[in-house]
This record gives sequence, C-alpha cells and structure tokens, in this order.
Amino acid sequence: MSESAATQTIVIVGAGQAGGETASELRKQGFTGRIVLVGEETHVPYRRPPLSKAYLSGTATEESLYILPPAGLEKARIEFIGGVRAERIDRATKQLHLSDGRVLDYDKLVLATGGRARVLSLPGAERANVFPLRSIADVQAMRTHCLDGKSAVIIGGGFIGLEVAAVAIKLGMKVTVLEGLPRVLARVTVPEVSTFFERIHREAGVDLRTGVQITAFEGEPLVTHVLLGDGSRIAADFILAGIGQVPNVELAQQAGLAVDNGIVVDEYSRTADPDIYAAGDCANHPNEFYGCRLRLESVQNAMEQGRVVAAGLLGKAQVYNVVPWFWSDQYDLKLQMVGLSAGFDRMVLRGDLNARAFAAFYLKDGRLIAADTVGRPQDFMFAKKLVAMRAVVDPQVLADEAVPLKSLLPAAA
Amino acid sequence: MPTITFLEPDGKAHVVEAQLGLSVMEVATRNDVPGIIGECGGCCTCATCHVYVDADWYGRLESADEMEQGMLEGAVEPGPLSRLSCQIKVTDAIEGLVVSIPAGQL
Ligand SMILES: Cc1cc2nc3c(=O)[nH]c(=O)nc-3n(C[C@H](O)[C@H](O)[C@H](O)COP(=O)(O)OP(=O)(O)OC[C@H]3O[C@@H](n4cnc5c(N)ncnc54)[C@H](O)[C@@H]3O)c2cc1C
Ligand code: FES
Repeated sequence: MSESAATQTIVIVGAGQAGGETASELRKQGFTGRIVLVGEETHVPYRRPPLSKAYLSGTATEESLYILPPAGLEKARIEFIGGVRAERIDRATKQLHLSDGRVLDYDKLVLATGGRARVLSLPGAERANVFPLRSIADVQAMRTHCLDGKSAVIIGGGFIGLEVAAVAIKLGMKVTVLEGLPRVLARVTVPEVSTFFERIHREAGVDLRTGVQITAFEGEPLVTHVLLGDGSRIAADFILAGIGQVPNVELAQQAGLAVDNGIVVDEYSRTADPDIYAAGDCANHPNEFYGCRLRLESVQNAMEQGRVVAAGLLGKAQVYNVVPWFWSDQYDLKLQMVGLSAGFDRMVLRGDLNARAFAAFYLKDGRLIAADTVGRPQDFMFAKKLVAMRAVVDPQVLADEAVPLKSLLPAAA
Repeated sequence: MPTITFLEPDGKAHVVEAQLGLSVMEVATRNDVPGIIGECGGCCTCATCHVYVDADWYGRLESADEMEQGMLEGAVEPGPLSRLSCQIKVTDAIEGLVVSIPAGQL
C-alpha cells in the first residue's frame, strides 16, 4: 500500500455480493482510507441465493440475508449510500455522479453493478402479476400472489425457475413450468441431468412442459391466462419470468470502457483504466484455467473476484483464476456443480439417476473437467480438488460407488 | 445473548456476543473474526466455515446431518471434532461455546 493510502478514497458502485465483499476485504487487508459503497437498492449488501429458496418460502427473514448489517458497516467504517444510483463516471476528473445530484471524488473506482432480470418481450409482460426475481423488493412484491391454492406459471426452466417451482409447490400452489428449449437446465448441464430434474418436478406435482412457445398473455389489468403455440391456455394468478439476466454495463459503456458480454477486465480484474476495476456478475474476465473469457453469475465468483479486486487495489495484484462452482436447492435436493462441462468427451455416472443421489463426472482427454452431483457432497468436494488439479482419473474408479473419490487424490492433498 | 469464543490457530481468542437465531458462522463473519469465510452464506455447500469444536462441547451440540458430514470429509484438514459453523444455530444452550479456527479454509 502506498503512503498516501490513508487519504485515498475508494468508491464502489453496487452494494451487492461483490461490492460488499470488496469493501469488507479492503478493511480486512488493512486499508485505512475512505470506502464509499453506493447502491441503487436501499438494502445493505445481502445474499441473493435465498431469494428463490428460503426467503420466498418464508423460512428466512430479511435480516438473515444481510451480509453486512448496518452495525457491521459502521464498525468497518464503510460509508453506505443506499437507494441512490450512480449515473455517470467522469474519468478525466475522477468523479462519480449520483442520481441525487451528489458528486463523489474517487482515487479508485470499483464497478460491482451485477445484472438485472431479462424482461419478457411479450405484450402484457408489464402487468402487475408478472414478476422478475432479482431482489428483496421483487420477492416482497410477489408474496401476496404466492398463496396456497393459487396458480403459478413459471416461464423458464433454469435454476431460478425450478427453485421457485419447488417453493411454490411447498406453498400449496398449482405450478406450471414452461420452457422453450427441449429440456430444462439446457444451458448448464447434460440431457441426463435435465431428465432427472424434470422427473423430480413432475413427481412433485409440477406440470412441466418443454419445447413450448408462449404466444400471449390474456387478462387485464392482471394476466389471467398464458396462451401457448399449441393452443393451450393456462390459468395464472402469478407469473414468474425466469429467463436469465443481463449484465449492468451501461455505466462502464458510457465511460468509454470496453464492454463485451460484461465489462471487460484483465486477469487482475482491472479495466483498461488503471483506476477502475470490475467484479461479479457484470465483469468478463480472461480465465487462464479454461483459456477463454468468462462472465460468471455465481456467489463464488462475486466473492472471490471481490477479494481479488481488494488485493489489487492495495497493490498486491492477484491473478483471478477460478474453477467455478455453483449449487441449487430444489425440494430436499441439493445440486452441486463444479467446473464447466462444455467440450467433455466422456461422461461417467456414479450412483443411479433414477434414485435421488448421483454424481455425473465429465472428462476430456482423460482429465476430470467438471462434475454435477446431487446428494453426494463428498464427491462434490473431492471433484472440486481433482478438477483444480486437472487430474487424470480412472473412469472405473469414478463409476464405482464403493471406492471413495478421495483415493484418487495424491497422498499429500 | 450467549457468548462464543473463537480461537485462532495461534491461540488468540475472540469472545463474541452471539445474536440468537444466527448461525455460528454468521456470528463470526459479522464480527470480523478472521479465518471463517462462509462463502456460500450458510447453504452447506462450501465448507469455508469449518471449525473444530472444543472437545467438551462437541457431544453437546446437535449432531451433523449427512449433508454436513459429506462436506466435512472434503474440508481442509478435517478431524473428529470438525463441524461446519453455519450448521450450528445460536441458542441459549450454546452459552460459552468454544471453537477453534483452522489454519486455512481454501
Ligand atoms: C434469485 C437468485 C438466486 C440465486 N441463487 C444462487 C445460488 O444458489 N448459487 C449461486 O452461486 N448464485 C446464485 N445466484 C447468483 C448470485 O446471487 C449472483 O451471482 C451474485 O449476487 C452476484 O453478485 P454481484 O455483486 O455481482 O451482483 P448483485 O448481487 O446483483 O449486486 C449488484 C448491485 O448493484 C446495484 N447497482 C447496479 N447498477 C447500479 C448503479 N448504477 N448505481 C448503484 N447501484 C447499482 C444493484 O442494484 C445491485 O444491488 C442467484 C441469484 C438470484 C437473483
Ligand atoms: S458457509 Fe458454506 S458451508 Fe458453511
């Protein structure tokens, strides 16, 4: 850290998971200057995964989502400006213009603006019972529509759609999931795993339809029915649009920073402007491990990249080189995924896809590159280590439930 | 409010007042106790909240479920007193709990 660090101001745009982690990590690593955290939402930094899980189902309180409660922010001397949007960066004067008219001077700026839910391009998508799911406010707004006996129509069979389907069933709703592609989770896993989740949801009572085309919303002021290309008409009290998200890149773009599926950063999470960093869902980084650029949408990515940014800001530049992992909770099942399976040439199954616990391992040229596990946490944990080591593994051992994966690790690990 | 003592690997103690209803992991992260990360936020899926429970305390806690046991196998340096601190809820019954923080979580 330079001598002037104590008088430096670091401004972080976006008080989400990456912004919050960057701020607290700066303090943990001894930064003594000023930290200002600007967030469009009124909330202090909070965890998003429970939004489609325990918070929607009513088993977690809002307070329990907070990563940095107000007292913690105060203790760490992090100035939080909530409910205010950063509108414009003036790189020449190193100033950030806020929606309330304030102008903040910065020495270093961090963009942790996350993403927003993609909006359905269908007339009627703006009606009051059609919801995105990204924030506490979204869940609060949808609560009064998510009631026992009511009908939920979920558009999109991705993680968020399927998690909400599971919660809605638990709440006693009649649930339909509509997916445009031939299978659910098509972008993130193999057909076998998609089939597993389709079965689980159907067994739970979800009317799950794939390969469908939504043609119109019927009903005003609230949507009452969703119409499909095959002529079916599905009654709906509550509609969730779970069709992915788009990164919030406009602030960077207007400042003349490169944007290509996210804000372009280098391996240290820096943009082309040496005083501006980016982290989390909004950032696109070169991943040495995979030899390509990646924009990840996960808690692990937000947290770990946030810490890399903090280190970089303090002059201890670290290369961000992560093996991605992710999880999803649906009913009593936990799916845990590690690595990126794209490009695998062999899949090996451990356990039984017809049961409720299995592991799918993906190999390329004999090396383990990824795994999806359900109900097999130890396999997930050891696969994580093996993927990071680019280990060459014996497919027979992977397939044999009797042999712990641990035995594939070198003795020292 | 119960108090919990977190011991760093070098023996340095952090004695913290724990809010009822939180998990032991949340108590640590909200009070800047170093060495407990809690990456997944308590979803039992990262094992970066691993601790060693004081031997006298271990048997007094509700035991770990299958999910937690599986995650612990793959934690860094697991031992017989290992627990994931996000799975230990703060109740009046844990007044005086003592846990040790491992040397590393990642
Ligand atoms: C419902 C749901 C469930 C999820 N479940 C999982 C899961 O199980 N596991 C997992 O790993 N990940 C999950 N994720 C993804 C994970 O939550 C995100 O990857 C993570 O939150 C990204 O952190 P971030 O800081 O980049 O963005 P965010 O947490 O979205 O924070 C960005 C913040 O920046 C603010 N902002 C944007 N623009 C501006 C501006 N101009 N001025 C001021 N503020 C601004 C936004 O309002 C927002 O608060 C889930 C996400 C959602 C929505
Ligand atoms: S916080 Fe992730 S397992 Fe405990």
